[in-house]
Amino acid sequence: MRHGKYRFIVGFLALPLGLYALFVVWPFIQSIYYSFTDWTGLSPDFQMVGFDNYERMLDDDIFWKSLWHSLLFALVLPVLTLGLALFFAFMINVGGRRRKGGPAISGVRGSAFYKIVYFFPQVLSIAIVSLLFAFAYNPDSGAINSLLRGIGLDGVQPLWLGDPGLALWCVMAVLVWSTVGFFVVLFSAGMASIPAELYEAALLDGASRATTFFRVTLPLLWDTVQSGWVYMGILALGAESFAVVQIMTTGPGGPDYSTTVMVLYVYQKAFRDGQAAYATTIGVALLIVTLAFAAIVMRLGRRERLEF
Amino acid sequence: MGSTAHHRAEGVGRRDLIKRSAALGLVATPGMGLLSACASSGGDGQDKAEQGKKTAKNPLGVNDTAGMEFVLFDGGFGKEYAEDAVKIYERDFPKAKVKFAATQKIQSTLQPRFNQGTPPDLIDNSGAEQMDMGVLVGKNQLADLTALLDAPSYDDPKKKVRDTLRPGIVEMGQFDGDPVWILYYAYTVYGVWYSQKALDSLDAAYPETWDDMLALCAKAKKKGIAGWTYAGKYPYYIPFSLYPMIAKVGGREVLDAIDNLEPNAWKHPAVKACFEAYYELYKKGYILRGTPGLDHIQSQTAWAEGKALFLPNGSWVENESANVIPADFGLAVSAPSGLDASDKLPFGTLWASGGEPFIVPAKAKNAEGGMEQLRIMLSEASSKNFTSKVKSLTAFNGGTSGIDLTPGLKSGVAALEKAGSNVVNPRLQDWYVQLQKEKIGVSGLGELMAGRLTPAEAIRKIQSFADEAAKDSSIKHYKHQ
Repeated sequence: MRHGKYRFIVGFLALPLGLYALFVVWPFIQSIYYSFTDWTGLSPDFQMVGFDNYERMLDDDIFWKSLWHSLLFALVLPVLTLGLALFFAFMINVGGRRRKGGPAISGVRGSAFYKIVYFFPQVLSIAIVSLLFAFAYNPDSGAINSLLRGIGLDGVQPLWLGDPGLALWCVMAVLVWSTVGFFVVLFSAGMASIPAELYEAALLDGASRATTFFRVTLPLLWDTVQSGWVYMGILALGAESFAVVQIMTTGPGGPDYSTTVMVLYVYQKAFRDGQAAYATTIGVALLIVTLAFAAIVMRLGRRERLEF
Repeated sequence: MGSTAHHRAEGVGRRDLIKRSAALGLVATPGMGLLSACASSGGDGQDKAEQGKKTAKNPLGVNDTAGMEFVLFDGGFGKEYAEDAVKIYERDFPKAKVKFAATQKIQSTLQPRFNQGTPPDLIDNSGAEQMDMGVLVGKNQLADLTALLDAPSYDDPKKKVRDTLRPGIVEMGQFDGDPVWILYYAYTVYGVWYSQKALDSLDAAYPETWDDMLALCAKAKKKGIAGWTYAGKYPYYIPFSLYPMIAKVGGREVLDAIDNLEPNAWKHPAVKACFEAYYELYKKGYILRGTPGLDHIQSQTAWAEGKALFLPNGSWVENESANVIPADFGLAVSAPSGLDASDKLPFGTLWASGGEPFIVPAKAKNAEGGMEQLRIMLSEASSKNFTSKVKSLTAFNGGTSGIDLTPGLKSGVAALEKAGSNVVNPRLQDWYVQLQKEKIGVSGLGELMAGRLTPAEAIRKIQSFADEAAKDSSIKHYKHQ
């Protein structure tokens, strides 16, 4: 039966592996190949140009700006999102005070409701979220400035997306708002699987909420947090950051390139400027950044597994 | 498989999740897969339709049995006008099968077809997904339209199509030298848009000099109305009034030098004077609060609501903002104010040029058919049909008599008449898209008008952008002939 087993496995793997090779691996090889050409994307003829595109990229101020913004996205967003999500999930699941007759370990009052509220933005498409926030950020009649005026802060009327110093943070805030709920649910699931006895023991020992969180919850949740970190980072480097920047700050990525990110730059070069080869070059750079990010996070996050 | 690694609470191992999310990253990374999907694969689809016989009724020699495919950008002008023209083609060539499609996604639909060498016969290459013309021309993807221009016009066999067009249309379709690659069908008047009613209520006429402009803005400010607003997120609308002002102050050579990317073109005193004039609007607080954070629709709405007097824009604004412009608004457009009496060109100097670029691909199967369709569209009847349906002029010179012009259109025609030969057509916006929109527009003018750059700083920054573009070998460079 042993031979049969391998044939069985191969039979099952052939199709998905083939699809993976065709739709994932092959485009990669192709893009890397095209990054050495002068392909425009608008005509079938092109020539090999060696490392010209790479040299040009290293000289390109906008590329460096977009790289820096993408890195900021990949570093700041996960910290903010996961931090908030951990806090919320902890409060929802463990952080409540003991109520009479209730279980020893429970969330704050109304936690089931909060869970739904936090998750709600996840249901909306990122395009809709971006549009809604673009309206809210409107400095003339948007919700935020109207609110500021309403509470008497007439003098404080920031331009939000129109201000190069604020635009990037405005965009990040939207991403945090829209993704935090997903991680609250993810971490809630993780916390639910932590045995209640551990918490009860901590409670008996008189541990405060903060201690409980850092000594019990976080270590036992570490693997989930790490996955979340990688996932969030990739989200921040890829599709989501593209969507918010493209929709909200329109123009070419914010005032004075203040919100340009690498994916947006790839898109613009390929589909606006007719420089598909250069776009693939930036795409290769983005691939390297993404892989490096994942590698670093996994290496830094490696620690002994706690079994329970 | 009884491995211990799976002996945990969740169904999915966490390690697996990490691996999967890494794989997800690989997929998501860039739009690279997408790019490569349209990589060149097809050979040359050189099975062109045979030419038909040239007759008086068929001067281009269209094969009357060959199919014709027409892809239109379905934007602010809709698709009805083109459908009407297609009906005429079908009437003229009853045996031909016409395939007509309208889409907003010009580039994503057509880029792969160009790559495969099987493009349609006529394209309205417009909208946010416009394909880069410079690249198309540089890579020999477009057919020369000279044959069409030299053909007799649809209405009058004694007149060439060329002679029925508005000034500047033919030149705009050329890049370097004689061939004409593009035919711009719409004709856009750019300038300062305002409400006649609002000016009347301030007891004012449109200011011809900058001192008058500032005085009027001061007057409006007292009533709580801002002088100007503009598409803050797309500050490349500012040039619609700023560039012709530069031409008025310093002569059209200044704009030509800028288009030609000549060294120090932006350091001309006329440019500096105009920048300072516009900066004055910011400094005196005559720009609607929050404008740098508004997009074009938001700024147009604020302006239509009477929060600001003036708005630099193009003639499409009448159609685009039709639902927010009040009926008694008195929509009007004016050529930009100048500085004073010492300006080189008279008041009325205006930016007007073609819009909606139509192209016939070099590899089209039935290029004659595509051109014939354009010839039909350039007839007086089709042109009138367009103007009355979408409130915009066409490249056809005339064709406005006998139809009811909307207020904005009427004022645009009047502005054109007043301008006479003083129509300028800065080419940065179709020659160097990125330079014009992002660099000069957003990073230069946008920052200047938001008060984050002084005029001197803005000029220095823009000049260095222009110098970079002049040196960049990856973009094709053009010169005014």
